[in-house]
This record gives sequence, structure tokens and C-alpha cells, in this order.
Amino acid sequence: MPYTEGAPIADQRVPAGPIETRWDRRRFSARLVNPANRRNRSVIVVGTGLAGGSAAATLAELGYQVKSFCYQDSPRRAHSIAAQGGINAAKNYRNDGDSVHRLFYDTVKGGDFRSRESNVHRLAQISVEIIDQCVAQGVPFAREYGGLLDTRSFGGAQVSRTFYARGQTGQQLLLGAYQALERQIAAGRVEMHPRTEMLDLIVVDGRARGIVVRDLVSGAVSTHFADAVVLATGGYGNVFHLSTNAKGCNTTAIWRAHRRGALFANPCFTQIHPTCIPISGDHQSKLTLMSESLRNDGRVWVPRDPHDTRAPNDIPEADRDYFLERMYPAFGNLVPRDIASRAAKNISDEKRGVYLDFADAIARLGALAVEQRYGNLFEMYQRITGDDPYKTPMRIYPAVHYTMGGLWVDYDLRSTIPGLYVIGEANFSDHGANRLGASALMQGLADGYFVLPGVIGDYLADAPFDAVDDSHPVVADTMSEVRGRVKTLLAVNGDRTVESFHRELGRLMWDECGMERDEAGLRKALERIPELRDEFWQRVKVPGTGEALNQELEKAGRVADFFELAELMCVDALHRAESCGGHFRSESQTPDGEALRDDANFSYVAAWEYTGVGRPPVLHKEELVFEHVTPSTRSYS
Amino acid sequence: MKLTLRIWRQSGATGRLVEYPMDDLSPDMSFLEALDVLNERLITSGQEPVAFDHDCREGICGMCGMMINGMAHGPEKATTACQLHLRHFRDGDVVTVEPWRAEPFPVVRDLVVDRSAFDRIVAAGGYISVPTGSAPDAHATPVPKPDADTAFEAAACIGCGACVAACPNGSAMLFTAAKATHLGVLPQGQPERYSRARDMVAEHDASGFGGCTNTGECTSACPKGIPLTTIARLNADLLRAHTTRSDR
Ligand SMILES: Cc1cc2nc3c(=O)[nH]c(=O)nc-3n(C[C@H](O)[C@H](O)[C@H](O)COP(=O)(O)OP(=O)(O)OC[C@H]3O[C@@H](n4cnc5c(N)ncnc54)[C@H](O)[C@@H]3O)c2cc1C
Ligand code: SF4
Ligand code: FES
Repeated sequence: MPYTEGAPIADQRVPAGPIETRWDRRRFSARLVNPANRRNRSVIVVGTGLAGGSAAATLAELGYQVKSFCYQDSPRRAHSIAAQGGINAAKNYRNDGDSVHRLFYDTVKGGDFRSRESNVHRLAQISVEIIDQCVAQGVPFAREYGGLLDTRSFGGAQVSRTFYARGQTGQQLLLGAYQALERQIAAGRVEMHPRTEMLDLIVVDGRARGIVVRDLVSGAVSTHFADAVVLATGGYGNVFHLSTNAKGCNTTAIWRAHRRGALFANPCFTQIHPTCIPISGDHQSKLTLMSESLRNDGRVWVPRDPHDTRAPNDIPEADRDYFLERMYPAFGNLVPRDIASRAAKNISDEKRGVYLDFADAIARLGALAVEQRYGNLFEMYQRITGDDPYKTPMRIYPAVHYTMGGLWVDYDLRSTIPGLYVIGEANFSDHGANRLGASALMQGLADGYFVLPGVIGDYLADAPFDAVDDSHPVVADTMSEVRGRVKTLLAVNGDRTVESFHRELGRLMWDECGMERDEAGLRKALERIPELRDEFWQRVKVPGTGEALNQELEKAGRVADFFELAELMCVDALHRAESCGGHFRSESQTPDGEALRDDANFSYVAAWEYTGVGRPPVLHKEELVFEHVTPSTRSYS
Repeated sequence: MKLTLRIWRQSGATGRLVEYPMDDLSPDMSFLEALDVLNERLITSGQEPVAFDHDCREGICGMCGMMINGMAHGPEKATTACQLHLRHFRDGDVVTVEPWRAEPFPVVRDLVVDRSAFDRIVAAGGYISVPTGSAPDAHATPVPKPDADTAFEAAACIGCGACVAACPNGSAMLFTAAKATHLGVLPQGQPERYSRARDMVAEHDASGFGGCTNTGECTSACPKGIPLTTIARLNADLLRAHTTRSDR
């Protein structure tokens, strides 16, 4: 095996005592910074999505000096903007049996018992406050005629706890956070740096003290310092080239932090979303999600005969197989994503896809009601495919969507580098081996509005730390490494485009480390990735200069980091010789093809330590203890 | 399919249109994918690719935007450039592609412009002042569904800037009015309603955007169909702001 094993992670800094009061007790035990002193404490927040935007705004409201960064031209454009379906909260406004405990239970079970109970419980508790905060900011959630909030159901839940704003929930939540952020920018408490990319982390005397960035317009490489650094840079699904993520989503910030000492947890836990628009050709640049909420009313089916060439509307009921309803009668079309994706893959292929049919819903509710719920999604589908889903069923197929893995964090969301906090999709924390729908938005906002601001004072109480500047030897070294990399990328001047490498890496990862993995395939990928990576550094062609806007250069840096991450993902997938959630090892399945967990050997978080490019990483295990939800085989039938 | 793309290239203070014949396109491609194909070709032949902004490619982030044959985001109604597909062009068409043209949106490079003026307008007042933790229960204030729907429709603005690019006066009133309407029809937005309108419009004017003369070009170019009535509403609030006391 291409790794070694190190000491287990002993301390997650989870308070003892009843789970219901742990968060209260942690907030009480955390030291505070007196309001007058907060002005002299500074925090860098990289990323302006739901996690970073909400954190930067809230820290500034508390009085800290904040610097905020994003690679887009405005903080409002972070990838969170694209989230469609909704956000979970245990409000129990429906009186349908929901509770904090049930949301906690559903999330631990949905994650296939690979998450940390204490964190998930806190998330469920905080979910309730998030909705209050967002409504007060003016987030226009869907409402009933009586003026109260509407909800719907998402996969893996039998209650209706998902709040939504038509098919644009992420946009509306992000605009709420963005507006709060702009208010703090106007007040002079946040210094905003758009079109600025973090390329490295500065660690001085064991503490995260700053970042090295490149101004994407001028190309200038410079440093920023603070008492703490927060990474809220999102997920790394683009390692697969084609995914539902925005084009710019990358791993650079967390990967660079990993290289500086932060452990990377469960990198192989990737979510494949069952309902995306299939690939239409080689030109395909990204995949488009059709929200899970569609499975509330849409029915998934395939022709009974895989060779049936009739148009979907010409296939009579008797010749259709509503396979999710057949296989999982209790949850039907609303089984969790990993289960729905694999079922679709087993029954069809990339070219044919499966149908998502609204004919019954339209007959039952009327076209108008269906339009009110999903209008914008239907339009988007029609725009991309040219087909009208009101008349003919959508054709869909699974695609890479979300990464549960990320930098390892303790209960305070602190990485293994003191002063480096990681929030949102960039950390590994709450979703175990599979994330339930509408829970990423919940986690991002819980982290940013409440958790991080609630505990970061404990660390900042020891600040301000000794001043550092560019003349510090560590800083100078980090800067020159970054400059060197930029130079090298430009100097190779080979004969292959960045895109062609990214495509090849993505295909390899999709084939060998995608929805189903096995030992032979992973070993093959582990041989191929280093070869391809070497080829990249010898043959890549990046035109232009480093002293101006150069989008190819940006892409090249991101793909270079994907090459290193890809290897770690395969090592992680190979070492975890069990199936759980989104990680399906063909060698480990039940007789009817469901994921077979191996709790005796793998009930832990795999946190990896970096030792050098292509060198065997060191595995540190965080044992998972389940005191409140007894691990069982997930059953949705 | 074949298209001839005439694209604005600019790396300093001035630029020019450069013609690129393309014969390997597919009607299923999006317009940005056609630019991707062109860029791959330019890079392998040692030329600099066309710089253009994009991210989500789903019509929601507002990052993409360009004049396509003189129309903001191209010929399709209610469609961003990233969601425009080549099936809406005819084989052999000549298509001219230029950046947004407006003084407050200086060109950065090729099709990339600087839209930071929009952020400044929001910073001037496009929010509800509610620090984290201070919110009452979400159901404390019911919102009539029609108001919630009006707020939502206005809140759907993606901040792309097409309205400005389409307007003969280079006005950003549709963008500003969308935010003022989103927050101004909700009960939560009432306390700052008039000062918000006043401050955002002051910033709008200070940034160099032109005045609105109701030509309506903005709303026809808007990929999210933000209605002109938002501007009427903003103007009414503005009048009220100047005639009543709204300290701040
Ligand atoms: C199409 C789609 C639909 C989804 N729908 C839902 C849904 O309905 N419900 C749900 O709960 N979840 C949904 N998700 C998942 C959810 O949207 C994301 O997990 C979540 O928004 C991530 O938020 P974030 O704040 O962690 O990161 P992001 O929103 O991805 O923000 C990342 C930020 O980091 C910045 N950044 C990244 N790298 C750098 C760097 N190197 N330097 C500087 N800045 C950097 C970016 O500029 C950006 O501001 C969906 C995801 C997709 C792709
Ligand atoms: S009003 Fe329309 S055109 Fe103007 S920025 Fe908003 S979405 Fe774009
Ligand atoms: S790329 Fe996001 S709207 Fe076009």
C-alpha cells in the first residue's frame, strides 16, 4: 500500500457531557475577546460563498478587522449562488414529527455512519436559527397563501423540512450573506479583494499567519497577514473535469494548506448526483444539475427493454420500470443520492440516461402548480437540451456534484494548523460518506454565521501575535515558491493545452475513482496519475505572461493541484476496503448490490498527512464513536 | 456547423475586432463552449486566447456577459450568454462579439469588464441591517404571498450588467431598482426603505451611470426579466425619501 500509518488523532476538542448541551458548554468555555480589543484582532477569510460570506460579515459585525478574498469579480458570484433546491432546518413548522434529534439522526444515517456525532448534532440545533436570520435579511423564501413559509421534502428524509426560494435557494441565501458583507465593507470593517486568488498559506512559528495571493488582473503576487486565517473555498469536484461545479471551483487553497501541514480528511468521499443533464458531446465544458427537489414530483423510470428505441411518450406504462419505487418502496424516488445514482448506473448508461417524468404530477396538480415549483429548472432544461419537459420526460444521468472530504477540522472547525480554520464544503466535517440534499447550504451558513464566530475568540484571545512582514524568512520563502511556480508554468511552453490534461485526468478519475471503485482500477489510476502529472509539467502550454489577466495561467495552477489531490483520493479510496455512502467498492457489497460497510475495521475518519509530491502520505485515524445513533445497515426499502 | 466569429480583442487602452472562421462547431454547444473551442485552437497555434468572464455556466452567477450581434447576451430572450446555444444561429452566420460598453464598466481585457460599481451600489444601502443573532422567529412576521412573490422576482437579478449595456443612456436603474424592490416590498425592509432608495441612487449617479428615460431596453435585454415597474417603484420611494425625514 502506498502509505504509512501514523499516530491516531487523540483530541477532537469535543466537550464532554450530554450531546444536547455540548455546544452551549463549548461556547461558555471558549474565551472571549473584549469588544474594545477586537479592533486589534484581524482575520483573513478566503472565499465569499455561503460559508465565507456569512463568516466575514459576522466577524466584522463583532468588531474584528476582516480581509475577504474571492477569485470572481464580485463576492456575490461564489459557487453557492448556483444551489437550487433548498436548505434544511428542524423547524417542525409542519408538525410532521420533525425535531432537532430527527435531523441529527437523518444526517448521521444519511452519511452512512462516517461523521462525528457531536458536530452533526450542533448543526441540527443551529439549523433553526439560520432560517430566522435569513428571513430577517429579506431572503424571499417560498410562502403559503397564509403568509407563512412553505417547505418540501428532500432525499433521505420522511419529513418536509426543506425551505426554498423557487429553484434559486442558493442565490437568495448568498445574496443575503453578500448584502450583509457589503454593509460591513461600507462600514470599513471588511477589506474586500475580488479577482484575487490565494496561492499559498503562510505558517510562522506553527501558526497560520497569512496568505500569498495573486491579483488576477495585474498578476502581482503579494502577501496578506492576520491573526487567523479562515478557508471557505468550497469543494474540489472539478478534479473530475466534468461536474456540476462552477468552472473556477478548485482545490488550490486547501491543497496548499495541506502541503503546509493541514491534514486532509476522507478525500475519496465524493457525491455523485443522480439527476443531471447527460453529456451531449466532446465539447462539453460542465454538467448541469437538475435539482433533487424534482424528485418530489417527478418519477424516475427506464424502458423495461434496454433496447427499446421508442420515444418516451410512446412507451406504455406496462413497458416502463419505475426502478426506484420498485426497489425502495418506503422512500421511492426520494432515496438518498448515492443510492439513486448507483441504481441509475446499474440499470442504464451515460448515453441513454434515465427518464424523470412529470406527467403524473401535471395531471394531479396542473401545469401551473408544477411551473410555480420548478419553472426555472424546466426552462433551463429546455434551453440546454431543446426539449420541453412539460411535454416529454427529462433525460437525466448521474454526475459529480459535491465533495464530502476536505481539510480535517476539530469541533471548533480548526485544522491541524493552529489559527487555520476551515468552513463550508472545504472542510470534511458533517456529512460523513454521503451528504443529504439541502444540507450543504445549512452547513455553510451554520459554520459561517454561528459556529466559527462562536469559537474563534478562544484563539484570538491570545492574539495579537508578533508582527510578521515580507522580510521574514518563512514569508520570503513562501513568496518565492509561489513566484517560481508561476514562472515554471509559463516557461514549459509545450504542446498540450491545460484543458486537454484536465479532460484526461477527469476521465481517468471518473472511470477509476468515480461511482464504483475497485482495487485493480485504483492501482491503475495510481500508476497513471504520476505519469500524466510528469507529462503535464513537460508538455503544458500556457500562453501570455504572468503580469496581466491570464485565465490559462489560472487554470494551469488549479489543474496542477488537482493532479496532486487526485493521487491522494485514489490512495484513500484504495485503503478504504469497504463501501460506505458515496464510496462504493465493488468488492464490498451485499448480495443485492447495496454498499457493505465494515464497521469493525473502518469506523474512522482517514486524515492524511502530506510528505511530498508522489511520496506515500501518512494516515492518521480519528476513531468514530456512536453514542446516540447506533450504526445499522441503511435501509430505505 | 460553421460560424465566423468577429471578436473584440483588447489588451491595452484600445482594441479591434478580429475575425475567426470556425467550422467545427455543433448546434448543441453553448456559445461559451464555442469560445472554448476557439481558445483551444488559439493556444495550440501559439496565440493568446480570448479572455471572457464566466463561472457557473448555468445562468445564475452573472459572471458572463457580452454583446452578441449588438444584443446583450445575444438574441435569445431571457437567456444569459452561457445558456445561449448555437442551435439559435444559422449555419454560416457571422457573429460579432464585444464587451459591455459603458463608462462605469471599463474594459479589463478582451470581453472582460470591471463591474465593481454594482457592488458599490449595494454597499451604499442594498441590505437590511440585521446583525447575525438578532433575528426573531421566522414566522413572527407573515408575508403575504403576492409580496413575497414580487420580492422574489426582483431578487432574481444576477447583477450581470446587461441592462446597462443595453441602455442608450448607460443607466443602471433596473439593477438598482431590482434591489430596492426586493427589499422594499418585504416587511423586514420597511425601516430602511426610503434611505435605501436615496443612498443607492446617489451611489448610482456618483459611479457615472446615466439617468433613466424609460426606453425599456434594459428589461428586454435582462436575462431574468426584471420588470420596468421596479423602476417606477424606486422612483416613488425616492420621491418619498426626499420629502420625508429619513435620518441616517
Ligand atoms: C448546481 C449545484 C446545486 C446545489 N444545490 C444545493 C442545494 O439545493 N442545497 C444544498 O444544501 N446544497 C446544494 N449544493 C451544494 C452547495 O451549493 C455547496 O456545497 C455550497 O454552496 C458550498 O459553499 P461554500 O461557501 O463552502 O463554497 P463556495 O460557494 O463554493 O465558495 C467558494 C468561495 O471560495 C473562493 N475561492 C475558491 N478558491 C479560491 C482561491 N484559491 N483563492 C481565493 N478565493 C477562492 C471563491 O471565489 C468563492 O468565493 C449545490 C451544488 C451545486 C454544484
Ligand atoms: S437587472 Fe437584469 S440585466 Fe440588469 S443586472 Fe440584473 S439581471 Fe442583469
Ligand atoms: S457563467 Fe454564470 S451566468 Fe453565465
